[in-house]
Amino acid sequence: MKNFQLSAKILSQKKIKGNYWHCELAAPLIAKNACPGQFINIRVSDTYDPLLRRPLSIHGVKGTKIKIFYKVVGKATEILARKKKGELLDIIGPLGNGFAFGKRKTENGKQILVAGGMGVAPLMFLAERLKKTTIQVLVGARTREELLCINDFKQAGCLVSVATDDGSAGFQGRVSDLLKQLLQEAQFRPQTIYACGPRLMLKAVADMANEYALAAQLSLEEHMSCGIGACLGCVVKTKGGLKRVCKEGPVFAAKELAW
Amino acid sequence: MPTRLAVEIGKLKLSNPVMTASGTFGYAEEFQDFMELKKLGAIVTKTLTLKPRQGNAAPRTCETPAGMLNSIGLENPGLEIFIQDKLPFLKKIGIPIVMSIASEEEPEEFLELVSRINLIPEVAAVELNISCPNVRGKNSLIAQDAEATYQIVQEVRKRTDKVLITKLSPNVTSIGEIAESAEKAGSDAISLINTLGGMSIDVQQRKPKVSSGIAGLSGPAIRPVAVRMVWEVFNKVKIPVIGMGGITDVPSALEFIIAGATAVSVGTANFINPKISLAIVSGLKEYLVSNKIADIQELVGSLKI
Repeated sequence: MKNFQLSAKILSQKKIKGNYWHCELAAPLIAKNACPGQFINIRVSDTYDPLLRRPLSIHGVKGTKIKIFYKVVGKATEILARKKKGELLDIIGPLGNGFAFGKRKTENGKQILVAGGMGVAPLMFLAERLKKTTIQVLVGARTREELLCINDFKQAGCLVSVATDDGSAGFQGRVSDLLKQLLQEAQFRPQTIYACGPRLMLKAVADMANEYALAAQLSLEEHMSCGIGACLGCVVKTKGGLKRVCKEGPVFAAKELAW
Repeated sequence: MPTRLAVEIGKLKLSNPVMTASGTFGYAEEFQDFMELKKLGAIVTKTLTLKPRQGNAAPRTCETPAGMLNSIGLENPGLEIFIQDKLPFLKKIGIPIVMSIASEEEPEEFLELVSRINLIPEVAAVELNISCPNVRGKNSLIAQDAEATYQIVQEVRKRTDKVLITKLSPNVTSIGEIAESAEKAGSDAISLINTLGGMSIDVQQRKPKVSSGIAGLSGPAIRPVAVRMVWEVFNKVKIPVIGMGGITDVPSALEFIIAGATAVSVGTANFINPKISLAIVSGLKEYLVSNKIADIQELVGSLKI
């Protein structure tokens, strides 16, 4: 798939809560070609600090607009959050492979989406594109305050269950344990599990998918220097050798990964 | 006024002096969406070894002030797969292709590699990467020893008529001495600098940010070191110098040329702006025009000192 480097105008920039921000960009070529699970690579400054681009998942597409959802965690995201509506951003995308999903509604068209923390970012876009099927979304976070996109998923017609480490909302424990409970109760046999979140959570999801003989697609994160497959920095171990998260990923079939 | 950007590296003719540095441009196909590749002066491939190499464990890169560390560990598909899968694309571009090569066992692997590369007419030149800092189990680099550099360059020289470029390491006391050895041994050109040895630490975990611990520093942070070394080597040898190390824009490319580089390579900047190399080509032309310089070669080593 073709990649585009373009200067995208910021159409809106909104703080959702705490350090979490929503941003909409005018990027027709990327919007037209983007698939859920793909990302853009953003140059937040033309100085040497930060030097490299920062990859962010595509959170949604609406017409010619793309949405990103990000958390301010360091200098680059701080600079990004200070950018105002009307400013231009140098972005490259849509990058990576994205989730694989059928467009046809099948009889057993049930899917589970498992999001840990910022893992909601690409899964929201997936939920929008999957919406003709039954979607159960499991969202996990440390506390109630850190649960993200709950209403957005509900508005997209998904069933939503939550898990918090401290029990301040929903199931107390890890979102992967909530998934386990759901699969054990056997009321919900999904076609595919789609997951994005911390590495340990993804590993737990992969183990469960294996145990229940379900297909799972996991979106991974790794430090990237180029995002376009050139630097070979962001590799992950798979059964077929090392693969680039930015190019052959970020989405990998659970059974393909060698942890 | 017509301006001339063409340069020569030995018998290698480049339409302009801007090349891509090994390891920062993949095998060029990664950049085809962003630029007309044929407008580059030359393309230098990611380093190849005879057999495939898996490279080092992740994390392999991290950002540092005005730079980055990498420890890829020469991951590459090996010569066979390169010829099968990567070379056809490179051939079609129609500009000089420089194959960067490294070996695990010297000199046998280098010699085997060049004897195979001799059979590929589309490869215009060979760059001997004797300066990669990221190969585990190697305590020193060939490029850190003038005698070892001489030996390997001489052996390779005997076996190939292709343009031979020797890539040097900045992790040495006297870069001029190593460059001289390469020249005496028959190298057609010197390229420098490879990355500087560096380290960055995650203080919370007290672990290195790159899995191998020590890694190679690149980017604007190393540019003054690189320009100084190009100047030193330019004053020591008669063969052309290909300068690199933190080139991000037209002024930084010009610094290298003025310090004595006949050609320049863009490295880390390809990761930040994949179109940058061609922007530098146009910028060099504009510089020549606005300074009424007819031929870029007039600028090479024109430092006023």
